[in-house]
Amino acid sequence: MRVVGDCSMAALLVVSALVSATAGSAEPQRPNPPLSGVSYASAAIRAQQNDDAANPGMLWVTRGEALWNEPVGSAKQACAQCHAAASISMKGVATRYPQFDNSTKALLNLEGRINICRVKQQGAAAWVYESGELLALTSYVAHQSRGLAGAVVIDDKNRAAFLRGASLYQQRMGQINLACTHCHDQHTGKTLLAEKISEGHANAYPIYRLEWQGMGSLHRRFRSCLVGVRAEPFSPGGFEYLALELYLAWRANGLPNETPGVRR
Amino acid sequence: MVARVTVAATVQRGAVVPVRINILHKMETGHRYDVDGRAIPKNVIHTLTCRFLGETIFRAEMGSGMAANPSVQFYFVADAVGEGELLFEWQDDTGQRGSQRTALKVLA
Repeated sequence: MRVVGDCSMAALLVVSALVSATAGSAEPQRPNPPLSGVSYASAAIRAQQNDDAANPGMLWVTRGEALWNEPVGSAKQACAQCHAAASISMKGVATRYPQFDNSTKALLNLEGRINICRVKQQGAAAWVYESGELLALTSYVAHQSRGLAGAVVIDDKNRAAFLRGASLYQQRMGQINLACTHCHDQHTGKTLLAEKISEGHANAYPIYRLEWQGMGSLHRRFRSCLVGVRAEPFSPGGFEYLALELYLAWRANGLPNETPGVRR
Repeated sequence: MVARVTVAATVQRGAVVPVRINILHKMETGHRYDVDGRAIPKNVIHTLTCRFLGETIFRAEMGSGMAANPSVQFYFVADAVGEGELLFEWQDDTGQRGSQRTALKVLA
């Protein structure tokens, strides 16, 4: 009960901060309390996600752990040499991303942060978005926050991106002419093909989808949704997806991280 | 190749021991085509073995019907007392080999 109280308190603070900053404009709505996407999955999928021995996403986490400890680039630096044990240094980090980066003046998600670290600190080439290595290390880092509640803060620096994400979420797209909100707010729990429509929270990414036969990022999931409504997808790692990711992170604040998630 | 083995660290002699291994592998069926229309060659882990205390306790031959990232679970009876390693070895169609060792102790 204590935890629930704290979460709603934190959420209240965020909402009031937002209202005071965007006085006059309508405050974005979000499910309260948010319900994790895994609750809409079948019992078999839930069991697979909750059992580390059965969860195939743990293979990417294991691979990410090896990458964390491997010295690379011209600096011959491993992540572990600066950040030490990820179980301590990376705990809770995923709950605060996407974040505005002061040095690049851009919004960064975990993937973006990892690539900046690779280029600047390790002297290595940035990984291609959605590559196996980037997914593995992102999974490993995000996995350290499993069980911790999302705690993204909207401030002056990221507010423009947040509002862009909020408007994208409400914007009709594609030949089917649907916005995110039409499925994930107005029709949650109803059946779409063989699936139950979830609230669309991004608290378990990167995620293992049986359909993909592998791990995929949130931006790959966005792509699937956009192709589904027959819209032109944005570019992975691009501003539109990052803005939407920030909005979704705020929307799911208080929901515990579940990386690596499993979905059909 | 990345793999994860799940087994108890110590078991009693005579116990039926569940062992599970997950392997990161595409398990390419040979029935797919790339964006240019060329057939993607079949590449699956065709043989998987597990040895313990010098004895082969499990062996599997797999084909293109297995999903990606195969997860294999089997049971064996720990009838020899001793301390050793479960040694998994596998090979795929490109000739790439993988192995994974996991400590296991059988108590009297």
